[in-house]
Amino acid sequence: MTLEQDALKHFSEVSVALELQTPDMTLNIGPQHPSTHGVLRIVAQVDGERVTDVKPVIGYMHRGYEKIAEVRTYPQITALVNRIDWVSGFANEIPFMAATEKLMDIEVPERARYIRMILTEMARISSHLMFMASYPLELGATTPLMFALRERERVLDLIESVTGGRFHPNFNRIGGVKPNAGAGPSQKKAVQDLPKGFLQAARDAMDELLSTCDQFDELVTGNEIFLARCKGVGIMSAALAADFGVSGPNLRASGVAFDLRTHTDYLPYDQVNFDVVTGTVGDSFDRWQVRLEEIRQAAYIVQQAVDQIPSGPLQAKVPKIIKVPKGEVYVRAENPKGEMGYYIVSEGGQGPYRLKIRSASYSNISVIPQLLEGVLVPDIIAIMGSFDFVLGDVDR
Amino acid sequence: MRIMIDSVVEFLQGNFWALTALKLVAILTLIPVSGLAIGFAELKLSAKMQNRVGPYFAGGRWGWAQLLADGIKFIQKEDIIPADADRPVFRWAPALVMVSAVGLFVVIPFWDGGAVADLSIGIFYVLAISSISTIGILMAGWSSANKYSLMGGLRAAGQLIAYELPMVLAVIGVVIMAGTMSLSGIVKAQADFSLFGWSGFGDQPIANFISPFFILQFVGFLIFFISALAELSRIPFDMPIAESELVTGYLTEYSGFRFLFFFLAEFSNMFTMSAIAATLFLGGYLGPFVDVAPWLGPLYLVTKIGVLCFLMIWFRWTFPRFREDQLQSVAWKVLVPLGLANIVVTAIFKVVM
Repeated sequence: MTLEQDALKHFSEVSVALELQTPDMTLNIGPQHPSTHGVLRIVAQVDGERVTDVKPVIGYMHRGYEKIAEVRTYPQITALVNRIDWVSGFANEIPFMAATEKLMDIEVPERARYIRMILTEMARISSHLMFMASYPLELGATTPLMFALRERERVLDLIESVTGGRFHPNFNRIGGVKPNAGAGPSQKKAVQDLPKGFLQAARDAMDELLSTCDQFDELVTGNEIFLARCKGVGIMSAALAADFGVSGPNLRASGVAFDLRTHTDYLPYDQVNFDVVTGTVGDSFDRWQVRLEEIRQAAYIVQQAVDQIPSGPLQAKVPKIIKVPKGEVYVRAENPKGEMGYYIVSEGGQGPYRLKIRSASYSNISVIPQLLEGVLVPDIIAIMGSFDFVLGDVDR
Repeated sequence: MRIMIDSVVEFLQGNFWALTALKLVAILTLIPVSGLAIGFAELKLSAKMQNRVGPYFAGGRWGWAQLLADGIKFIQKEDIIPADADRPVFRWAPALVMVSAVGLFVVIPFWDGGAVADLSIGIFYVLAISSISTIGILMAGWSSANKYSLMGGLRAAGQLIAYELPMVLAVIGVVIMAGTMSLSGIVKAQADFSLFGWSGFGDQPIANFISPFFILQFVGFLIFFISALAELSRIPFDMPIAESELVTGYLTEYSGFRFLFFFLAEFSNMFTMSAIAATLFLGGYLGPFVDVAPWLGPLYLVTKIGVLCFLMIWFRWTFPRFREDQLQSVAWKVLVPLGLANIVVTAIFKVVM
C-alpha cells in the first residue's frame, strides 16, 4: 500500500467518524409539569424540536374508585363519583343516579329532574370555562384565565347556593335531590326547595355569561397568533375519533353530531331547545370553538329550564334503607368531557357487586399519541390542551 | 456652599477619570432602579389589565416595596447548583445577562452631551453589546444539565440569529437619514424639521419643531420594536421561557440570587432596549422647550421609554406566544424583506430629495 492510498484510507475513515451523530432525545413531559392538567406523563422522543414518538403514561392518580365502590352503599358512592372529574362534580352524579334509579325502577319527580338539568348544565359551563381559562394559558396568553375564572365564580356561586358545595356538591339522592335544598335552619316546611331568588339569579348570570362569550370571541378567537397556533394543528378525522372511542366536544369538533342529551332521556332535555354544535375540520381550533359555543347552548338550556321548571315534590318515595334488586344496568350520559357511563352489577345488597366507570377523558387521551407524531414540541401542548382532559377522570 | 459646588464642578470638568467614575456610579445605580421600576409597573399594570389589585400590602401603600421584599426573599433562598451542571458556566451566566444592560446604558445620551461615552460608532456598539445577553441565556441553558433548559437556550440562540438581522436593517434606515452612527448625532438629526432637506412652507422652519424618525422611518420603527421584543424574549416571542412547554426554559434550574439576577436583567434590558428605540426613533431627550430648559431632556427620555415599556407590558398580557417555526418565518419571510425594502426606499429618497 502506497503512502497516498494509506492517507486516503485514513482520510475516509476520519470523515466517516466525524459525521455528526444526532440521536433522538427522550423528553419526559410530566408527571410534574405545568400543562399536563395533573399528573399525566408523556415520554416523547424528540429530534430537536420535532416529535418522533410519544408514549403517554397514566395511572399516577389511580385512586381505586371502582374497588372502593364494592364496599360502599349506594348513597355513599354519590360522594365518590363527585371526585372523578372534579371540574364538573355535579354532572358525575347524574348517570350514577339514573343507573341506580333504573335498577330500582323509581320515577323521579319532574321538578327534581329539572333541578338536576339546570345544575348539570351549570357544571358543564363551569367545566368549559375552565378550558377557556387553561387553553390560552397553555398557548402563552395569561389574561383570558382571569376572565374565565371570574365568570366561573358566578356559576359556582349559584351551584353553591343550591347545593352548599362548589366542586363536590353531593346533592343528588336516589329518587330525587336533597329534600331541603338551600333551606336555612329557620325555614322549616315552607321552603324545602330552591333558595329564594335562585331562578332570577340564574337567568341574570346566564345573560352575563353570554356577553362574556362574546368577549372571548374578541379577545381570543379573533387573535391572529391564537389562530396561527390552533388552526390545522392536531387534526383528528371522524373515523380516527370513532376508532378510539373519543366522545363529547372532541368528537363533535370532528364533525360528528353525536350528543347523548338528544339520544337518551336521563334528564328532560327533550323539553328544551338547543343545538348540537359541531366543528368541520377537527383541529384544535374547532375544539375550542365547539366548547365556546356549547357554553352558549348550555346557557340557553338553563334559561329555558328556569322558565319551565314545574312545582312539585323533590323526592320520590324510596325505602329508608336502599337495597337494589338483583340485575345489571349500564347508563351513560353526556358529561362536559364526553360520554360518562356507569355499569352496575347488583347482587341485591346495599352496595353494588361491581361498578364499572366509563370515563370520557380516558378514551379521549388515548387518541393523543396518534396526533402527536411528527409535530413540534409546542404543538404537544397545543394539541393536548385542546382535548380538555382531567387526570382524575382518566385514572379514576 | 455655592463655592463648594462650583469647585466640585470645576474639579470634575478638569478631571476626565473622576467624571467618568461618577457617571459609571450613576449608571450602576440607575440599572437596578430602572429594573425595579419596570418590574413594579409590570405587576401593577398586569393587575389592572386582569381586574386584579396587584401587590397591595408591602411598603404600606400600593405595595410599592413588593419587589424589594421579593429581592430580600430571593437572597435568603438556597442557591442550588445541579450536580451535573457545568459549574463555572452556570455561575457566570446570570452576570453575563446583566452585562448587556450595563453596557448599553453607557452610550445613551440623557441630555445634550449627557452620555457616559459618546462613541462615534455608537449604534454599532449598541447592536454588538445587545446580543451579549443572549449568550448568557445560551450559557444558562447549556450548563444547567436539564433538557428543558437546553431547549430553551437553543431557542434563544435561534431567536437571536433570526432577529438580529432585521434589527440591523431597521437601524440602517435611521443611519442613512441621520448621516451619522453616533447616538447623540442621531438625536440631533431629529431636532431640525426637515423632510429630506425640505423644511416646511415659507422660508422659516417652524421653530423647535421636532421630527422624530419614527414618522419617516415608521416601518423601521416597527421592525426594530418587534425585533427588540424577540431579543428580550417577551411574549409573543417568549419561547426560550415558555412556561407551559419548557417549564421555564433556561431558568428552570436557577434559584435564589441567581434567579433574581435573571429577573432583574430582564427588566433592565427592557428599559435599555426601550431607551435605544426612543433615542433612534422618538427623538431621545428632545421635546418642546428642551433648548431653553435642558433639565427637561432626561424627563422626556424617561417618558418615551415609559411609553415603549408600557407597550411591551401590554403585549405581554394580551397575546399568546408564537410557535418556534412561526417566529422564524416571521423574521425571514416578513421582517428581513421589509427591512431591505425600507433601506432601498430611504436611500432613494435621501439621494433624490
